[in-house]
Amino acid sequence: MNRDRAAAIVTSGAAAGATGDVRLDVRGLRIRAGETGPDVVSDVCFAVRAGEVFGLVGESGSGKTTVALALLGHTRRGLSVSSGEVLLDGVDLLRLPADDLRAVRGARASYVPQDPSAALNPALRVGTQLRETLRVHAGAVDDPDRRISEVMREAYLDATPAMLRRYPHQLSGGQQQRVALAMAFVCRPSLIVLDEPTTGLDVSTQRHVLETVRSLCRAYGVAAVYVSHDLAVVSELAAQVGVMYAGRIVEIGAAAAVFPAPLHPYTRGLLAAVPAAERAEQLSGIDGQQPPPGHRGAGCSFAPRCGLVLGKCRTQVPEPVFVTGRAVRCLRVTESQAARPGRPPLPAPAAAPAGPLALSLRAVSAGYGPVPVLAGIELTVPPQSCVAVVGESGSGKTTLARCITGLQHKGTGEMTFQGAPLAWGARRRPQQVLRRIQYVFQNPYTSLNPRKTIGQIVSQPLEHFLDLSRDERYARVVRVLNDVSLGSGFLSRYPDQLSGGERQRVAIARALAVEPDLLVCDEVTSALDVSVQAIIVELLRAIQRDRSLAMIFITHNLPLVRSIAQTAVVLQDGRVVEAGPVEQILERPASPYTARLIADVPRLATAH
Amino acid sequence: MAEAQALPQREPTGTGPAAARQASTREGHPLLYLVGRRAAIGVFTLLVVSMVVFAATEVLPGNAANAILGRNAAGNPVALHRLEAQLHLNRGLLDQYWTWLSGLFTGNLGHSLVNGEAVWGYVSPRLINSGVLMLAAGVIGTLVGVSLGAAAALRKDGWFDHVTSVTALAVTSLPEFIVAIGLIIVFSTVLLHWLPAVSLLPPGTYAWDAPQLLILPVATLVIVIVPYIMRMMRAAMIEALESDYVEMARLKGVPVWRIVGMHALPNAIAPTIQVVGLNFLYLAGGVVVVEYVFNFPGVGQGLVYAVSNRDIPVIQFVVIVLAAFYVFMNILTDVVALLATPRRRLPR
Amino acid sequence: MAHTAPGANAPAKPKAERIRRHQWLAVLGTAARTPRGATGLGLALVVVLIAALGPLAAPHSPDALVTLTFGKPSGQFPLGGDELGRDVLSRVLNGGWLLLLMALAATAIGIGAGTAAGVSAAYLRGRTDGVIMRTVDVVLAFPQLVFALLLLSIIGPKLWLIVLAVGITHAPAVARVIRSATLDISERDYVKVAELQGMRPAKVMAKEIMPSLSTPLMVEAGLRLTYSIIIIAGLAFLGFGQAPPAPSWGTMINENRVGLPLNPWAVIVPAALIALLTIGTNTFTDAIGRVAIGVDRKPEEAALVDDLGLAGGRAS
Repeated sequence: MNRDRAAAIVTSGAAAGATGDVRLDVRGLRIRAGETGPDVVSDVCFAVRAGEVFGLVGESGSGKTTVALALLGHTRRGLSVSSGEVLLDGVDLLRLPADDLRAVRGARASYVPQDPSAALNPALRVGTQLRETLRVHAGAVDDPDRRISEVMREAYLDATPAMLRRYPHQLSGGQQQRVALAMAFVCRPSLIVLDEPTTGLDVSTQRHVLETVRSLCRAYGVAAVYVSHDLAVVSELAAQVGVMYAGRIVEIGAAAAVFPAPLHPYTRGLLAAVPAAERAEQLSGIDGQQPPPGHRGAGCSFAPRCGLVLGKCRTQVPEPVFVTGRAVRCLRVTESQAARPGRPPLPAPAAAPAGPLALSLRAVSAGYGPVPVLAGIELTVPPQSCVAVVGESGSGKTTLARCITGLQHKGTGEMTFQGAPLAWGARRRPQQVLRRIQYVFQNPYTSLNPRKTIGQIVSQPLEHFLDLSRDERYARVVRVLNDVSLGSGFLSRYPDQLSGGERQRVAIARALAVEPDLLVCDEVTSALDVSVQAIIVELLRAIQRDRSLAMIFITHNLPLVRSIAQTAVVLQDGRVVEAGPVEQILERPASPYTARLIADVPRLATAH
Repeated sequence: MAEAQALPQREPTGTGPAAARQASTREGHPLLYLVGRRAAIGVFTLLVVSMVVFAATEVLPGNAANAILGRNAAGNPVALHRLEAQLHLNRGLLDQYWTWLSGLFTGNLGHSLVNGEAVWGYVSPRLINSGVLMLAAGVIGTLVGVSLGAAAALRKDGWFDHVTSVTALAVTSLPEFIVAIGLIIVFSTVLLHWLPAVSLLPPGTYAWDAPQLLILPVATLVIVIVPYIMRMMRAAMIEALESDYVEMARLKGVPVWRIVGMHALPNAIAPTIQVVGLNFLYLAGGVVVVEYVFNFPGVGQGLVYAVSNRDIPVIQFVVIVLAAFYVFMNILTDVVALLATPRRRLPR
Repeated sequence: MAHTAPGANAPAKPKAERIRRHQWLAVLGTAARTPRGATGLGLALVVVLIAALGPLAAPHSPDALVTLTFGKPSGQFPLGGDELGRDVLSRVLNGGWLLLLMALAATAIGIGAGTAAGVSAAYLRGRTDGVIMRTVDVVLAFPQLVFALLLLSIIGPKLWLIVLAVGITHAPAVARVIRSATLDISERDYVKVAELQGMRPAKVMAKEIMPSLSTPLMVEAGLRLTYSIIIIAGLAFLGFGQAPPAPSWGTMINENRVGLPLNPWAVIVPAALIALLTIGTNTFTDAIGRVAIGVDRKPEEAALVDDLGLAGGRAS
């Protein structure tokens, strides 16, 4: 039927370089909540060959982890597979009896988890957990110790007894993930499923891990399924890619074809949201939210958010349409096969007005107790301009934000705000100064008081700083909510009724309500999906321009910087290693650290 | 709690000299540090407790002798003076405290005001009896609680889980004397007549000489502590079984029995140890009521009598012993919990 | 902290927060509607009514010697006679109100002192925290019962002393729980927002932290009430309660023990009443705790929430 055709077409029209036979064949996978609940994953079909990496891409809530687990015949509590097949070398894993399935897991098909610090048992030594995989699949290997040393070397771990005796918490994040990789490869499986394995790792470690995955897969002819939200990573690593939305694969094909020229409106929207380090472009996100299971409607789940929607899109689920080696679930795909539209470049920044620097830091050092975190920081923020502070975790960027906003009470060095000295600690600053510097936190889930309504949350700083009548306050709150594209209907809602992107917009509205002169944004999009991130970044850029704000944008995402900031400062281990205009930093970095960062950032494939 | 101090190589066997050298470049020892610090705090606590006890019993309006002799004091100044001398009340305050405190260490604890016996001789057999009671109840209770908790966790949401949860909730609500009375009613006086209602040991004998007298008191204490241990074990097991690392083990193809025994249990033990320790502490208090109900010649009963009769030296000594037991158990619990949690035992 | 991934892989939203937006009354109401909550509340209320209204309904005076010592139940004396030949029913009806009152007072003292200490220790940190927590450790070195006995042995079995002693020994345990809850909340970003406005610690505590404490506070209050009843009844049982001939459930159980073979009701009824009361309060407290934490959600719900991409679960 259609599914078999889809699989056949994908595999026959596979990208150049595909080697070997089809190892994994997924047909019509359908998973639902409970025995009779709504579908979580519907009609998923794809195939993967030996030595090839298949990228499964999607945002949170798309169902990709559910699919990943189902490839090992596993579902989380409350979910069940209602139909479909997962054929590994011809054997349907979904219909195997429990003992046979157990024999397959770890030996013929293995899993690399997203969070190795949680997936490694804290009470067992690393060696025990590695050896366990071999013990449980007795007979898989003749000399277990030799195999373990071998696989550890392949994963770039010290193959020493001392390393094996360590407990997981004694390893760094990167080492933990390499242990997980070693565990997955130790029985030389046919299939490896990797679930966002580089989340939480810094860019260089990520690069290393990806290369390890690629080389191991090629060396042992392993079929790999790489699940991720990070399109750039998948673009570099995978030969084939499937894009998931609301439980379905909406586009599937060769990565080299899909990324430069996406056909499905969702894929196009996604790619338009991914920042590019090479060009200063406006990002565009996708309004709305991915519908959760049970709210996906009768037709195409993307219809409510789609710019090309027709009447019949809402009534029938589009079947895959086959176009030049790809399958796309869109009724309108044949109409346009243009390459990915370019994005409008950012307007040139207005010349900075004359006047004192919005913010200036000189020789600033701070720490917690005896531990120094920042040393000798120099930073200048010209008025009405946006400065990006870029650093990996541990670089001290959050401490810097705390110093600037006044959460850090002790430190040395000189801080100046609008020409006047800025005191350490919020309690030593006058109210006027506190009002003019506002802070937006990283985590939208903990920065809003769950017991207050949105209206109360946004109105509270107004009550504290300004002397306004109730009506004036109300008017301001409504106005600032509109500025962040939230309607007045949000006033009486509570935070847990909002999505992550909406919450972050409330946090921004709260900061803007008192009309600050300097806005400090601390990794405000790190907890959000890429399509939502694009919306927030564009919103911030518009706000900065319209309100003539100075802004400090803290992030670890180097390409993102290009789409919002004029100058950038690079932090490493509490020191500034480089500072200057954004184009200069990204194209002609002076510091080797910056150069390495830029080289290690994965890049999205562009049209040839 | 355990400060971030690193650990030198503890088990050099099987590791090369390079590795041992590498590991022992750090210094410090979280275990010793913890014990040392807690012991120091414990000693300080005991000192404060001793002062409070002393102040409470000696320094009061109308001195203790007055209180003891009651109405007779007014009419009998000779007896009053004699009692005061016996209680050292005619000396300065600090003097009295020092005498008492040093007496604790030299074993000269004074004499009971009730029967004139040396306090140590009066209290020590009671201490042993109570110790037997608490140890038996503690060990049996822990074993039963841990087993029930693990079983309930493995059969989560089943009928066994439900029944044990509800029963546990009800039992933890009951005061121990009610449990004791309930047992007496059922097994001793009203329904069945299998067991004695009182545990009167002949003087000079110890608890283990007449085990059937131990059954009801131990049973009471076991019933009282089992629900706490069971609930903690169940919760810890469930958390372990639903954790990411157990899911990972399933995805590696590890069989169920190994998951439960080697993956879940070790992680469930540490929080349960805390609760077990807490329950031993609780037993120290619960023993008072239970011994009273069953007339069991232990330190709890001794304390109740001493309080009724204002037998001050006995009260002082018993309270100090109990406080010392508390401090010791706290330290022991923390140490065992630390040993069971590699993450705290071996910092990076 | 390492970078977090987008969407639901974000820092987990604490599950309890979803409920906390209700006012504390709403939480109580929700708890009262669960099967456990309803049972617990019902049991407790029944006993409270008996204790509160009992004195009005007693057929005889609780002190009058009207029947045989340990007389069997009969029409005129439905629960028979006690050790001195007083009517057990009348004594039971009169024997509860004081216990309740004392327990409530002790709970109030414990919660009040403990909360003040716990919140101060958590928010002020530094030396204040150290001093308070060391004191807590020292006071916790006594078993509650023993401490009460100690005080009673000196000053005498005064009722106000019992209430005070029990209340004081609750305070450290409450302080510990509230301190850790406060520490938890103080770390949240929305409290830092208030700090950024230059608010003084006292005001931040009052406006941002205290409202979120209502749930752990309610649970602690329920637990402390249960323990107060247990300890005060226990002290009465040991003979440290109201002086005889006052009827008190705890004392009655002790007095009439010797007559168990003859008239067990003199022991069983007061014991059952105490038991039902404590089971009721503890069960209701447990129900409140569950409502606040959302324990034991149905698996389908849990999976759906996770796949919705809402933080707190492992979403796809």
